[in-house]
Amino acid sequence: MSRKKVSGLAPWEEPGSVAGRIGKGGALALIVLAVLLPLYTIVLTSLSSAETVNRVGGLVLVPDGITLDAYRQIFSDSVVSRAVLVSTGVTVVGTAVSLGVSVLGAYALSRPGTLFHRPILFCVLLMFVFFPGLIPTYLMVASLGLKDSYWSLILPSAVSAFNIVVLRAFFMNIPHELLDSARIDGAGEFRILWRIVLPLSKAVTAVIGLFYAVGYWNAWFNATLFIDDTRKWPLALILRQYVVDSNPLPTATVGVSGFGQVAPPTLAIKMAIVAIAVLPALLIYPFVQRHFTKGVIIGAIKG
Amino acid sequence: MSADADTRSVTEVRPGATQDGPAVARRGAFRDRLRRDWPLLVMATPMLVLVTGFWWIPALGNVIAFQDYNPFTGGILGSPIIGFTNFAQLFGDPQFIRAVVNTLGITAFQLVFYFPVPIALALLLNSVVSGRLRALVQGIVYLPHFFSWVLVVAIFQQMFGGAGLLAQILRDHGHSGIDWMTNSDTFILLVTAETVWKDAGWGTIVFLAALSTIDPNLYEAAAVDGARRWRRMWHITLPGLRPVIVLLLILRLGDALNVGFEQFMLQRSAVGSKVSEVFDTFVYWSGLRTGDLGYGAAAGLFKGLVGLVLILAANRVAHALGERGVYSRS
Repeated sequence: MSRKKVSGLAPWEEPGSVAGRIGKGGALALIVLAVLLPLYTIVLTSLSSAETVNRVGGLVLVPDGITLDAYRQIFSDSVVSRAVLVSTGVTVVGTAVSLGVSVLGAYALSRPGTLFHRPILFCVLLMFVFFPGLIPTYLMVASLGLKDSYWSLILPSAVSAFNIVVLRAFFMNIPHELLDSARIDGAGEFRILWRIVLPLSKAVTAVIGLFYAVGYWNAWFNATLFIDDTRKWPLALILRQYVVDSNPLPTATVGVSGFGQVAPPTLAIKMAIVAIAVLPALLIYPFVQRHFTKGVIIGAIKG
Repeated sequence: MSADADTRSVTEVRPGATQDGPAVARRGAFRDRLRRDWPLLVMATPMLVLVTGFWWIPALGNVIAFQDYNPFTGGILGSPIIGFTNFAQLFGDPQFIRAVVNTLGITAFQLVFYFPVPIALALLLNSVVSGRLRALVQGIVYLPHFFSWVLVVAIFQQMFGGAGLLAQILRDHGHSGIDWMTNSDTFILLVTAETVWKDAGWGTIVFLAALSTIDPNLYEAAAVDGARRWRRMWHITLPGLRPVIVLLLILRLGDALNVGFEQFMLQRSAVGSKVSEVFDTFVYWSGLRTGDLGYGAAAGLFKGLVGLVLILAANRVAHALGERGVYSRS
């Protein structure tokens, strides 16, 4: 960033008019409010008692007694806690698979002139410009017998051409003298990748990992397509059924004994589910966010 | 067109593809190269397996678009080939026409009412004097990009739905409530508002990067010459942004058939298919929901091929204007 303004205005810069500064401040405040107000009232409602929610007649804006009742009810009900578990598992395993495959693939593609470099690159780049289509993809997953398997939520979306190209661009910028000297010392490719390339690419790998993780946690459509068994539903499907459409949860058909009692869809419980769905993004975000501003993504996009 | 020409036209399009990496000798017999490079091939294998399984085979599976496909009696090998019948039927299907019209209408609408928002937001953020405040606001506006569409729809429902916050406040003040979530007349405004809320902040990244490359001396020189804030923005900032704006505009046009899939799937039942049917939802409903897989595949293949032509054309235009066609949404 060449135009640092941390210390304030440049000497040649005239101070803004009062009206201009108020307008700018007001606009910024409105923008921030538009993002944060919905999150605030959702979290607050999820933490409010049923009486408070009833008295207000909807979302709670002013705190009036904090209670964890909604969360307690959710986690005593097997459906939502199971969905949280499924989403977590799919996200963890999926991110590991995607990141592993992408890092290996990107490194393999990072040296032009090696054997089969161009055909392999061509294969990956084709994914940018053409999507084979929903129905053939569906038939492929079905014919592999992956319907109602957690792998159907991972494998079809495991490789993103965009992420591979970003990683590859980054790997290609690593000074090759480093790699050459390691090679002279007898290190193999796997060792070079693990010991030299990855430690130098921590930031970009973290950001790509975040992208994959967010994709898995958020995915909704693949699950509607491939998962019929309600016991295997990820959180996104619960959100849709229970929060957006206000349909009852499918416990009755699941027949999980012992937890047959379904929580009635009170607003507090709905909002607690929304809050749980938002939580992972909020937790990981601060750690990865600084890398966006460092320009990792921009650098990679610019090639 | 030879395979080699294909490779070239695609690799030119993407970042890094034409960069020179570490020099590696191309010479040598195949066996020597294999002995040298086999670890790289092993590394590429998992990726190639996944690309083959979930890209190449489905891509070739599009032959069912030319079949009267029946998964039970014939399968992909035994179903009768009917040529372009599915495609002919497609162009006579009013629902398909509606999907095309809606898709293009929404793209055009969002080009006017979404596309400029990240630019304006980036200019606003860039004009914030305090670096710390700017970073804070940036961090906040990037956030909704990481929420899922289900979540965004749920949040909008809680704000603007029949039982939402706005309706609740209106009722408290003696007005009648509103429900924008099921109103088909305002649906296009709703989806655009959702897109702005979710992605406008994230969209500023590329413009902020472009803004940071503008030479500050230009501003100083203009200021010394008596140009005030707005004139400097008009004569220095906006021309500095122009290449990025033109490039993103072209690439958005190349992507005109994609208006967001989950967003429309999720809200289709609430507002009805008349306003919410787009290309992708049509493929799903015509193919998987009604069970005519060959017909749905034809619609999907048509979209894929038109999209392919649009993207390649957009990149060509970008090159013609002296830009690298670098930026692509994943």
